[in-house]
Amino acid sequence: MSILVNKDTKVIVQGLTGKTGTFHTEQALAYYGTMMVAGVHPKKGGETWSSGIEGAAELPIYASVKEAKDATGANASVVYVPPAGAGAAIIEAIDAGIPFIVCITEGIPVADMVKVKARLDASDSRLLGPNCPGVLTPEQCKIGIMPGSIFKKGSVGIVSRSGTLTYEAVFQTSQEGLGQSTAVGIGGDPVKGTEFIDMLDMFLDDPETESIIMIGEIGGSAEEEAAEWLQEQAKKGRSKPMVGFIAGRTAPPGRTMGHAGAVISGGKGGADDKIAAMEAAGIRVSPSPAKLGKTLVALLQELKQGA
Amino acid sequence: MNIHEYQAKQVLKEYGAPVAEGVAIFSADEAEAAAKSLPGPLWVVKSQIHAGGRGKGKFKELGPEAKGGVRLAFTLDEVKSHSADMLGNTLVTAQTGDAGKVVNRLYIEDGADIDRELYLSLLVDRTCGQVAFVASTEGGMDIEEVAHNTPELILTLPIDPLQGVTENKASALCDTLKLEGEARADGMKLFPILYKAFVEKDMALLEINPLIVMENGRLRVLDAKVSFDGNALFRHEDIVALRDKTEEDEKEIEASKHDLAYVALEGNIGCMVNGAGLAMATMDIIKLYGAEPANFLDVGGGATKEKVTSAFKIITSDPNVQGILVNIFGGIMRCDVIAEGVLAAVKEVGLQVPLVVRLEGTNVELGKKIISESGMNVIPADDLDDAAQKIVAAVKEVA
Repeated sequence: MSILVNKDTKVIVQGLTGKTGTFHTEQALAYYGTMMVAGVHPKKGGETWSSGIEGAAELPIYASVKEAKDATGANASVVYVPPAGAGAAIIEAIDAGIPFIVCITEGIPVADMVKVKARLDASDSRLLGPNCPGVLTPEQCKIGIMPGSIFKKGSVGIVSRSGTLTYEAVFQTSQEGLGQSTAVGIGGDPVKGTEFIDMLDMFLDDPETESIIMIGEIGGSAEEEAAEWLQEQAKKGRSKPMVGFIAGRTAPPGRTMGHAGAVISGGKGGADDKIAAMEAAGIRVSPSPAKLGKTLVALLQELKQGA
Repeated sequence: MNIHEYQAKQVLKEYGAPVAEGVAIFSADEAEAAAKSLPGPLWVVKSQIHAGGRGKGKFKELGPEAKGGVRLAFTLDEVKSHSADMLGNTLVTAQTGDAGKVVNRLYIEDGADIDRELYLSLLVDRTCGQVAFVASTEGGMDIEEVAHNTPELILTLPIDPLQGVTENKASALCDTLKLEGEARADGMKLFPILYKAFVEKDMALLEINPLIVMENGRLRVLDAKVSFDGNALFRHEDIVALRDKTEEDEKEIEASKHDLAYVALEGNIGCMVNGAGLAMATMDIIKLYGAEPANFLDVGGGATKEKVTSAFKIITSDPNVQGILVNIFGGIMRCDVIAEGVLAAVKEVGLQVPLVVRLEGTNVELGKKIISESGMNVIPADDLDDAAQKIVAAVKEVA
């Protein structure tokens, strides 16, 4: 069992024909044969996509998500559409009844995401992102832009607001020999489809996930909410060893640090509050982003000796 | 993107919000004519800078006894003398930092007789993913303090985007703000107007502090602070035209031209990183090893060689920079592209300070090869920890 995706997940690509979509679709196909089944382009329906590499796979392009889904039986979609049209692309996928939608696009206007969120809440679809690196379950399926080469099949569930810090956690847990059950980037935008709590809930349920790394950053209160939720779950006997990290301890207030959601505003969203909340929930917070793997190994060792 | 108060009021006026009449001026010569075009007999002369706390702020050049950045004038002569006093001088407020901001624009506004000061703002509430009103009877002061001391006096009211501001929601806001009679009627009209302006113009924040009930019982927007969602500016040429570049850091302006996320900081180690989270974490780790970052810089996911070169040039243009740390974990970003960009930049602008490069991820071997075969004086690093320690040590050695 795995979460969100597995080797049977069939993925269509919205925005396949662009440079980014093409590059990452090649990469996904090359990663244990992730089932990329079709592309969608409103004006290129009926055409065929090819990565351009000799002997490489070709994918059919359909004019709409609905057509692509009906023709291929796809149950997931990944969106690489540029920011101005990305909100509409997600809504098209929701309306077509795609159960799992991953949006990689960075820079979608917040107002568009407010509209998406309203549609999402009234549907059965799950959205991951936007402004996220996607999801990867080692040796099964890769949706998005994570570099497959750093992964190793294993036991750590990784969830992060930051793409590149997800890679850090993946890389370090691979180096320590622990490997990953699934890694998920939930994205750096203020309004998004999947929150920490959604992912933590899945990781706690997932028998292949033995420990969890959670990486937050300044802005908003999602980390605090997740920490509070974890404490409630622990009371019910649901818990797994966790290591955490918060990026942005040195960020000045009032400035947006790259991610639209990474801003300390109105005296709220600072790193210290988040770290305190995570520690109160029993999460071992690593002071350095370079020591996520080592901190987790030490924690697991301690638990083993204590047992 | 931020705009000035007078611009914000103009935007709100176009939507039908009640704002006072006013005129923006750029030189003291314009003060008298501006004041004469308003009804009087009371005027307010307001410094226009992108920072709050103007009323309590002090002008560096005028000493602590002089009046602040927002002044009442009871005669035309006072309008003139205040204008001459304020224009061109440096206003230091709680939000500007010690350096302060030079006042290049004033807003001369018709005065109002204030009965009550209220607080009203709109923002995007992340928890529910909806636009929300924040309202309180405690206007005219720092809302953060109100939130801290008397949170029960603040109402946060999310608006369902499919329904907009319903009669019930508008009434709830009126109740919270204790609006009666004409003020209540004004409020019922104003709240949907503000919501419409917020959504249509892709605002990130609309803060009216204070919203006042005047002695004649009517509502008026007395101060307005508006910032826009930078990701939506592509569909608002009218808003982009309001940008005041003198309010921004030159390096940040240059960075925005190249679509780079850059924030100038006070330290001496320049950073070039891909990904906002990793860029912040890189700053954090520099600090952890006892030094200070000179900037936040995220070259983004789809950076080209040209973009990397521009980023490198912006970093080296900061005279405080005594060392540079390039930290890349390639996902979308390919390490070879970064390596070529750094190489091109060094060729163009030279390299006067230590440079540590740490590459990992997509095409890492190719990237490392390009760097090592370049003959550049680059200190390679294996991981983030190693990279941070090396650059901190290298900068200390030079200093």
